[in-house]
Amino acid sequence: MATQDEIKFLSNPNIGKKAQKYCRFKKFGLRHIDYKDPDFLIQFINQQGKLLPRRLTGNSLKFQRRVSTAVKRARHLAILPYVSDLLK
Amino acid sequence: MRQFEVTFIVDPVLSGDEVKSTAKTYQDIIVNEGGNLIHVDEIGLKPLAYSINKRSTGVYYCIEFAAESGSFIAKLELALKRDERIMRFLTVRLDKFGIKYNEDKRTGKIGKRVPKEPTVKKSHIDTIPYQAFVSDQTIQEVKETTTNA
Repeated sequence: MATQDEIKFLSNPNIGKKAQKYCRFKKFGLRHIDYKDPDFLIQFINQQGKLLPRRLTGNSLKFQRRVSTAVKRARHLAILPYVSDLLK
Repeated sequence: MRQFEVTFIVDPVLSGDEVKSTAKTYQDIIVNEGGNLIHVDEIGLKPLAYSINKRSTGVYYCIEFAAESGSFIAKLELALKRDERIMRFLTVRLDKFGIKYNEDKRTGKIGKRVPKEPTVKKSHIDTIPYQAFVSDQTIQEVKETTTNA
């Protein structure tokens, strides 16, 4: 019998599979989002400075709400821009 | 006891002492109203993401304090609003995770990761066998001595 390692596929069976998304706050146990840390918050906004949807970031609803408040606070304090071009 | 955090931006046109005295007035307000200061973070001069009052930079301050009730916050915010030296301010109440986060930040558990010192790669010379260091001249001499003998 051929073992699992010996079986060879003509094409890569992993192609076409989607990587499982996860909530990074839940996974790494981050409980507080600092609105004064632009380097962290920049991960959740796009080039125009708009918030990225949960569909893309994989955040859970609870933490998506917290991310959005943190980004809005940062915008008020001019830590992040309200609108921009080529932010990243 | 509730813990709060007030962040504000001071006009950078003021001199260093004036900026400090501005921050001091708000620390005094908090202390006089019965709050106790936990930490005053002078973040310092930072570029603004967009210009405010035709200024492109601002001096950031963050004061963390605890108070029995938040009743004097309105008074503090009114003072901040009336002050022309303050460009922006924001007061938030910290939950237990926020308190923990700020504590860890102060003790250095959270923050900018200090880059490790680059490990010195063993230079190419170290790996060259000993022979390579012997100059051609000495080899010549050795050869001569052996042939003579």
